[in-house]
Amino acid sequence: MKLFVSEGNPHCLKVLAALEVTGAPCDVQYVNHDETVVPFLSRPALPALLLPSGLHLFSPNAICQYLFEVKGQESSDLCSQWLEWEATDLQPALLQALHMAVLQGKASNLPKFLQGPLNYLDQGLSKRDTTYLTGEAVSLADVVLWAALYPVLSEPSLALGEGKSVKAWFGRVAATHGFQSAAQKVLQGKGLQGMKSYMQRQPSRQSSQCRDTQPCNSSPAECEEGERVVSEEEMQAAALTWSKGLNTCPVITDRQHPILPQEGKRNILLTSALPYVNNVPHLGNIIGCVLSADVFSRYGRLRGWNLLFVCGTDEYGTATENKAREEGLTPQQICDKYHAVHACIYEWFQIDFDFFGRTTTEKQTEIAQNIFWRLHKHGFLVEDTVEQLRCESCQRFLADRFVEGTCPHCSYPEARGDQCDKCGRLINAVELREPQCKVCRQTPVVRSSKHLFLDLPKLEPQLEQWLDRSTSTGDWTANAKQITRSWLRDGLKPRCITRDLKWGTPVPHPDFKEKVFYVWFDAPIGYLSITANYTDQWEKWWKNPSQVELYNFMAKDNVPFHSVVFPCSLLGAQDNYTLVSHLVATEYLNYEDTKFSKSRGVGVFGDMAKDTGIPSDVWRFYLLYVRPEGQDSAFSWADMATKNNSELLNNLGNFINRAGMFVTKFFEGCVPPMELQQEDKKLLALVSWELQQYIQLMDKVKIRDALKHILNISRHGNQYIQVNEPWKKIKGGDAERQRAGTVTGVSVNIACLLSGMLLPYMPTVSQTIRDQLNAPQSCHNAMFEGTGTFVCTLRAGHRIGTVSPLFQKLEVDQIEALKKRFGGQQMTAQSAASTPPAAVPAPAAPADEVAMVNAVDPEKAKQLTQAVTEQGEKVRALKAQKAEKAVVTAEVAKLLDLKKQLAAAEGKNTEPAPQKNKKK
Amino acid sequence: MALRELSSLEKYLELKKPNKYSTQGDKKVPVLQNNNGAPLVGLVTIARHLVKEAKRTELLGDSAESRAVVHQWLEYRVTRLNGCTKDDIKTILKELNLYLQDKSYLAENQLTLADILMYYGIQPLIVDLAVQEKEQYVNVTRWFDHMQHYPGVRRHLPPVVVLRNRIYTGRHH
Repeated sequence: MKLFVSEGNPHCLKVLAALEVTGAPCDVQYVNHDETVVPFLSRPALPALLLPSGLHLFSPNAICQYLFEVKGQESSDLCSQWLEWEATDLQPALLQALHMAVLQGKASNLPKFLQGPLNYLDQGLSKRDTTYLTGEAVSLADVVLWAALYPVLSEPSLALGEGKSVKAWFGRVAATHGFQSAAQKVLQGKGLQGMKSYMQRQPSRQSSQCRDTQPCNSSPAECEEGERVVSEEEMQAAALTWSKGLNTCPVITDRQHPILPQEGKRNILLTSALPYVNNVPHLGNIIGCVLSADVFSRYGRLRGWNLLFVCGTDEYGTATENKAREEGLTPQQICDKYHAVHACIYEWFQIDFDFFGRTTTEKQTEIAQNIFWRLHKHGFLVEDTVEQLRCESCQRFLADRFVEGTCPHCSYPEARGDQCDKCGRLINAVELREPQCKVCRQTPVVRSSKHLFLDLPKLEPQLEQWLDRSTSTGDWTANAKQITRSWLRDGLKPRCITRDLKWGTPVPHPDFKEKVFYVWFDAPIGYLSITANYTDQWEKWWKNPSQVELYNFMAKDNVPFHSVVFPCSLLGAQDNYTLVSHLVATEYLNYEDTKFSKSRGVGVFGDMAKDTGIPSDVWRFYLLYVRPEGQDSAFSWADMATKNNSELLNNLGNFINRAGMFVTKFFEGCVPPMELQQEDKKLLALVSWELQQYIQLMDKVKIRDALKHILNISRHGNQYIQVNEPWKKIKGGDAERQRAGTVTGVSVNIACLLSGMLLPYMPTVSQTIRDQLNAPQSCHNAMFEGTGTFVCTLRAGHRIGTVSPLFQKLEVDQIEALKKRFGGQQMTAQSAASTPPAAVPAPAAPADEVAMVNAVDPEKAKQLTQAVTEQGEKVRALKAQKAEKAVVTAEVAKLLDLKKQLAAAEGKNTEPAPQKNKKK
Repeated sequence: MALRELSSLEKYLELKKPNKYSTQGDKKVPVLQNNNGAPLVGLVTIARHLVKEAKRTELLGDSAESRAVVHQWLEYRVTRLNGCTKDDIKTILKELNLYLQDKSYLAENQLTLADILMYYGIQPLIVDLAVQEKEQYVNVTRWFDHMQHYPGVRRHLPPVVVLRNRIYTGRHH
């Protein structure tokens, strides 16, 4: 047992005194105030006791209690009560008092803080009339309270006016053997000044603020830093840049297709993972690849990079064949149908592809087969046989999901070809007993089939060499690097690239006709073929690694195919292919507290977003605001409404609208002349700094973090307007009117800057702001030059357009309705908590209905809890006032009804059964 | 709030007849009028008293050491969680998260009063957490979920959905 204490720390007096009175054997070690003894606490906490078990006690009262117990003295209720009072009432008062007295030298203020607690103690003592707090001997309570009060009561000069009983009690306890020496050890006879270095390290707590009840979705804007200090040089530099205006900026040119790499430019080829054609993408898919890539490509164009953004639907594979069978169409018809669905969704989300293609094209066949032959020629393909089930009546080999049979492990009759839903074991389809083809119910036969494998182990040395270079020079997200490392660490195995399917790119080798390429081999080649469908000169992008930087955007599940498997195909082909330089992978986005599920209708899917009536730009904003960057995040309706109302409406929109309105109302729509003062220059410096941070982050594809700096700028702007009150100054004298003009002019220029910074995120809003301000098209490019320059783009005399509000409030009932409609709340803890389908062999639909019936609704329960509390208080108040019986009865009835509703919302029976029976 | 906690605790302890409580002061500190003696004041004090009354003293800890640990977390509960600011919440969750890294309960390997009152006190904080924060404080969340499913503990509180499901159910690769 070891006790850690520090000098000058009043809490240590408690434990040292307790040691004296109990004589418990214990090592005492003096350490510095800042020493971290208890590993899990955020701030150093002393005293601390290391228990024999290795656990730490960090509460001085708990330590004292322990020391007393070791000596056989248990604490009574009364003792426990004094200890609780000491911790909750006396300590906060003491902390404030000591802070005043020791650090601010205002000892005269002490009674203000301590009068109340000292009176309480005095009453407690005089009521009981015992020698000590709990009886006739010094107890735990006496030690703790005496030590706590020692610094203030032992100081004769303080004159706290404590009561007689307190005085007498304090004197008696102080006389306990060893207490004076304990006090000497801690305060060293220096009185209050002995605690100075300790107190300096304590956080001062002026008022006990109540916590903000807003949900704290860990959002970029909420982690605000304190006010940045702006230096004189920064201000001068910002003012100088500002004054340069648009004179020096280059003329922007419109995009001219086909975009091809150019000498001396930064040439960027940007791809977003190819969405699989027969699923309607949900919000997670959208933020994970296409939207993130779109923001970056828009940003890149603003930066003046020569950039090509391609994407398309991935159309081959079993799933498409399956879907075609379900819908009674051909695979090609399915692809045509769903390709259009995808294109339509992305158009609504304003995803500005240079080209949105598909993988079922001739170019795909041509390029995939070319890569195949080159791999073959260079000896990177190996042959092997695989045992597979074949259905003779359907004339095809069966993919795992097309077979059912009896589980070889548990005899469950409906095991699937890859896994048994009953026992959960993974199954190799050929092991199934009594297998059946799911389509025709015939018994398939085991056939061995020859396949080709990509020899990844042989390519591994080349791959590692390239990876080392790419990951060290490029911007790979942490998860991308980590997933890639773990694949390599586990060792690469040959991977089968052929399948016994019809719907795919045919394998050109005569020994493997009737087979197609496995989709993982084929799909990434889609990037090349889609580019080839965009321009005949596609090789200028794809076989040009020295001039082109390739960015791949995707969700993290797609990383290995882009960092290991596809690069191996391209390296093995030995054709000077452009390999990925920057691999940008997001984490996952959840829906409310669960995951998106098409089959259960939970979540918002791309085609439904537009039916919500919420503008595309607001969707983009919120998805980017919660972009799963670095960690998983969640889409939440309530949070979306909050962010729309607080960030877009009250912060950003409010600022831009006010700036424009001032110009319109006070200056007849013309930007007034600006005479920069110190305060304005400081604002320019603050805004420039935020702009530079934004550019630094965007260059590194930290899309979510960069958004924070846009919102910071409008926050600065709002504050600036609020402090300067141009609406008042405009009514004043000449000097004041001029000041109002400067503030308005600077503000409207910041609004113009914001329109540029917003462009990648909210293209429509950005354009609207520019239209409202009648801003020149070239203004953005000037701002995005180099590390970011905030110049005055709207000079004095510039006439702006018509200003109108940019955003609308999202109302609570509107959001509640949407939440209901998209199933966010029909999920109960039980049904959503990964109940494996194994437990419910029945079809999924009835299970969902059950979930609906027992729906637990925490949101509603919360409201009802509140209502019950309020109604309860009302009833009590009525009873206390001796109100009329009929009135009371009516209110009681209301209360009972509310309680019933609450029980229902909590998923309980109205008469709660004893929970004890519900053993797990 | 404190009164509701106490009545839930009474039910958990299966005390036959419910006690009458009042409150004192601005902070609404609970007071238990005791027939045979002075009233008891304070959430922790009353809760400890109830546990003794129900003869369930194992809930206060089985050894001197665990009794001290229980005491410590009860104190933490009433001094740190009551009326905490937004910054405090982060600190509290961080500290508990580290502490619970290798533990199922706050003290010993069994449920104690510290777990029960900490659960009652932290529930309003957990309700407000976003999914990613719940994942950030994964040990707290795990302990919390354990508590709300512990037979008989949850009582007056609505359950908080704690899920770690992921989307992107894997492509066809």
